[in-house]
Amino acid sequence: MNAVGPALAAVGGLAVAGALAGGLAPARVRPLAAGLCTAGLGAAGVVAGAAALGGARYGVWLPGLLPLAGVRLAVDPLSGLFMAVTGAVTVAVAVYGVGYASPGGGMHGGRGPGDEDAAGSAGGRHAGSDAHEPRDALAAGGGDHGVRSRGAQAVGPVFAGAMVLVPAAGSVSTFLLLWELMALASLLLVLAEHRERPTVRSAGLWYAVMTHLGLVLLLVGLALFAARAGGESFAALRAGAGGMPAGVRGTVFVMTALAFTSKAGLAPLHAWLPRAHPEAPSHVSALMSAAMVNLGVYGLLRVGFDLLGGGPAWWWLLLMGAGALSAVYGILQAAMASDLKRLLAYSTSENLGLVVLGTGAAGLFRAAGDRPLAALALAAALLHVVNHAAFKALLFCAAGSVLRATGLRDLDRLGGLRARMPVTAGLFALGALGAVALPPGNGFVSEWLLLQALVHGLAVPGAAAAVVLPVAVAVIALSAGLAAAVFVKALGVGFFARPRSAGAGRAVESPPAMLAGMALLAACCAALALVPGALGPALTRAVRAAGVGTEKPLADGELGVHLAHTSAALHPLWVALALVAGTAAVAGLARLPARRRARRRDARLWDCGGGAPTARMAYTATSFAEPLQRVFDDVLAPEQDVDVTPVRESAYLVERVRFQRLVPDRIEHRLYRPLLAAVSGLADRARGLGGGSVHLYLGYGLFGLVAVLAALVVGW
Amino acid sequence: MGGLLRKIRGTGRVAEAAPPRPEADPLPAARELGGSVQVRCVDAGSCNGCEIEIGNAFGPVYDAERYGVRLVASPRHADVALVTGPVTRNMAEPLRRTVAAMPQPAIVVAVGDCALDCGEFAGGYGVEGSVVDMVSVDVSVPGCPPEPAAIVTALRTLTGR
Amino acid sequence: MSATGYVAVAAQVAVVAGGAPLLTGWMRQVRARLEGRAGAGVVQPWRDARKLLRKEPVSPTGTGPAFRLAPLLLVAGTAVVAALVPLAATRTPVSGSADLILVVALLALGTVALALAGLDTGTAFGGMGASREMTIAALVEPTILLAVFAVSIPAGSTNLPAIVAGTIDHPARTASPAELLAVAALVVAVLAETGRIPVDNPATHLELTMVHEAMVLEYAGPDLALVELGSQMRLAVLLGLVATLAAPWGVATGGSPALLALALALLVAKVAVLGTALAAAEVFRAKVRLFKVPELLAGSFVLALLAVVGSYFLTGEAGR
Ligand code: SF4
Repeated sequence: MNAVGPALAAVGGLAVAGALAGGLAPARVRPLAAGLCTAGLGAAGVVAGAAALGGARYGVWLPGLLPLAGVRLAVDPLSGLFMAVTGAVTVAVAVYGVGYASPGGGMHGGRGPGDEDAAGSAGGRHAGSDAHEPRDALAAGGGDHGVRSRGAQAVGPVFAGAMVLVPAAGSVSTFLLLWELMALASLLLVLAEHRERPTVRSAGLWYAVMTHLGLVLLLVGLALFAARAGGESFAALRAGAGGMPAGVRGTVFVMTALAFTSKAGLAPLHAWLPRAHPEAPSHVSALMSAAMVNLGVYGLLRVGFDLLGGGPAWWWLLLMGAGALSAVYGILQAAMASDLKRLLAYSTSENLGLVVLGTGAAGLFRAAGDRPLAALALAAALLHVVNHAAFKALLFCAAGSVLRATGLRDLDRLGGLRARMPVTAGLFALGALGAVALPPGNGFVSEWLLLQALVHGLAVPGAAAAVVLPVAVAVIALSAGLAAAVFVKALGVGFFARPRSAGAGRAVESPPAMLAGMALLAACCAALALVPGALGPALTRAVRAAGVGTEKPLADGELGVHLAHTSAALHPLWVALALVAGTAAVAGLARLPARRRARRRDARLWDCGGGAPTARMAYTATSFAEPLQRVFDDVLAPEQDVDVTPVRESAYLVERVRFQRLVPDRIEHRLYRPLLAAVSGLADRARGLGGGSVHLYLGYGLFGLVAVLAALVVGW
Repeated sequence: MGGLLRKIRGTGRVAEAAPPRPEADPLPAARELGGSVQVRCVDAGSCNGCEIEIGNAFGPVYDAERYGVRLVASPRHADVALVTGPVTRNMAEPLRRTVAAMPQPAIVVAVGDCALDCGEFAGGYGVEGSVVDMVSVDVSVPGCPPEPAAIVTALRTLTGR
Repeated sequence: MSATGYVAVAAQVAVVAGGAPLLTGWMRQVRARLEGRAGAGVVQPWRDARKLLRKEPVSPTGTGPAFRLAPLLLVAGTAVVAALVPLAATRTPVSGSADLILVVALLALGTVALALAGLDTGTAFGGMGASREMTIAALVEPTILLAVFAVSIPAGSTNLPAIVAGTIDHPARTASPAELLAVAALVVAVLAETGRIPVDNPATHLELTMVHEAMVLEYAGPDLALVELGSQMRLAVLLGLVATLAAPWGVATGGSPALLALALALLVAKVAVLGTALAAAEVFRAKVRLFKVPELLAGSFVLALLAVVGSYFLTGEAGR
């Protein structure tokens, strides 16, 4: 009995039910009803995914469901992996979302909608020396708009359902339909708080335009593919891909890869991500950053490996380049960001960059004929998808809790939350441990695997490997090192020390539903960190389904990860136990020399003898990032402005100093601005064509017709 | 670098032979220290004459470090506060805070006549009092300024070496 | 696994934990002698540690678990590293997990823990130290991992015992240009990781020039003892690692206790020689400006990159 079919049906059914519940239920029970449906559909997604990962395949054609092509579903272990990840994230985030949308929260009914918060999302501007009161926007808006509104609650389940179902699509039309449903639903959710903050609107516009440009690319690419293959079901594409000329295959790959990498938030097509993810309500951010971006990777794997059946080395070098660029660029921007959610969004760009780097390496090894190594690289990339989903969902949820409790996302104004929201702080720390790629965190396991794949890749012939692989290793290392700095900043500045604003000082712990959702994610992180070996068989099947390699990349039956073909092994559980035992032993041994039980004394902070250090003397996120900003000055090109106002009597006595820093997204500046300017210039000129005269328009029609006929005659 | 090497070879050992260990009984608090003393200097308002001599005590000739004394950057790391000068108004509170910041057992050494009885500066309008008036002093080193040897001797009674 | 394996692991940890303060004492002594001073003696760091452990622990207001746990984690992490690295024996119960990347990451974990502790105090200096330390750590990481990559190429694995055993079997490897470049890069990275001149001055008293010291200004008593022990162990274990990679001779590949004893003695000698060289070099050099450090690290990064690419063209293609 195949569990995939019923589970997928449940996903669809619950998505509709959730939409109805969100749209029709009375306001009091609305979040609960919609949340339960969403959690249920997530669970169904996990069931379907797990069944598929267990080896169950499923395919169905439902011609009546849609006009023309009908709906075609096809599930294999590769889809299963992504469905399971999306489903798991959905369950936890849905539970969290019930609490998030419930009334309450520190700043509710406090200050008005954010006015200056634009600063944060427009590029981390800082007015460092002015002590503003908190002025960030409200988290979950008051009355019947924002995340609690009818619309947002109804769209949430649809978004989750579409995401779970995208990997199940078995034909181009079904895929594109679900893809667009997902994009539209997420767009509506991003816009949920547009009344609270004007920046939401601009973020929504960017997102809408970029995601639809992606859709157009995808549509054209896949349509070209389907036309050449002579069928639009994935099976037909797979069969037809072999006979296609290299040029067409390359075109299809590049077009779809552009769309998919943009969805995955990779530079240079990432511009929507650091805008949309921070501006969305936090549980939506978690879904987008931990689940939706993965589907970009899924698309790459499905089209690049499975449907096109792999390709020449340049495809994969291109991917590796994009991955490396986003890894370093994303984490650098995260290092500069002082808006907590923006920081997390850029970190998403970095992690997906690493995933795509691994994917590219897998393709490169495959093109060179080294299947076992390709399988290892892909397994590493997939494991990183899973790990990233777990810790990033947790981090975004924790950031959401902070936002809800304080009304702030600006790290410079946070601080002291460890004492005020200890559970959230602990959970954030756990997520951060995963994100910094250090043992015993879960991110370390997959980055280790990725490094192993690259280190062993030198056996692959070709000078390209000898240059590309070391650089890739260096990129991973640099991004891991910077990630450590980023999350030390996020945790240390945001949660430790003392509050730097009244908002942070008033924070209280989140409601139980939110904590429960985060605890679920934390449990996933811990399990992935300690017994990653349990995923070994599933990864093997997924890799096999992608058509990359039939060999097992990881040895079975291990708690840790043990490479099947080399001597490298990692036993995270033992490492964690050794660390715990070591810590306990050191704590015990350190007490031995004390002659008498010296009691731990509380003392005031050492203030160099002056007055007690105030919170304004503590290092902020901006100051923490300053050395890195200086080191990477050439890359980041920050715009800095120091404005000194002397007192009237003497030029030497300073009355006030105003410091302002803007770290613009340089890629965006250099690439998008000229493009946008050109487009709007063209549009201006095109406006001249529409003179309002009917004769003119008829004339256009005539010329168009003649041109088409001429083209046909010339014999195209 | 060659020049420095030659200099090192030519100069040889600068530190003078260690004088015999001081006879005085070590303080009870100092017995805990077991041959290791970390020192935080506090200039409570001295004319810096004492500082120069402290600097010399830790220089190569007297080499106080060989007895297990080391200067540190934070009172949290220190066992001994080495206080010089009359305590000026602005330094009275910082001095008390420094001593309070040290983990127990903490020892205060007053260096120079000023530290003991305001010396040259007694009665100055900015002077709050001597170190003895502000915090409890365990060891005192008289002199204006005291010789480095005297400072080293006082510190040796603490390290017991 | 033979009993000697367990003994070897225990001995490695014991030698590193017990010997690290002596190494620091030895290095201070070398410096003192070169500067014409008499020096406090090699065991002085142990005297310091004993005294600090007896003193009263202090919790500054507002600090939390991060501040308390960081010293413990620093020492424990380094001890785990000391157990993993084949300093004395390649065949130990943990040799399967003794991965070079894991070792690097565990050392970085200690850095991160201390940086968080520095931020936890909420003082200006704590934050400053944390910020600088993390900046340097982030920049060191690529160099270290590339050097790791380079030394792992001949053995075809990042497993440390495999690398060391491979080098013992093929002594010519240590003289290969790639290996030499990699070790040179590693040495610079070690200097940065352990906060030695020219990256950081462990003896500085001026807060504004501090990196590592600034983070730990609030620690007192037993906590401080652990922080100091942790940094000393870090230096010892990293020098031991460099010694083992550059000159693995004497590391016991078999199981005999006599060989193990010899290996430990040789380890102490090798690390002492490296420590002497380091201390002597520090007399001749000044700390560079903080913002010159990236240039230094970029230089060592290039060395490491050359090492990898070089070893591919020198050994890789010919070998396959
Ligand atoms: S004792 Fe003498 S040297 Fe010392 S501070 Fe007083 S006046 Fe200056």
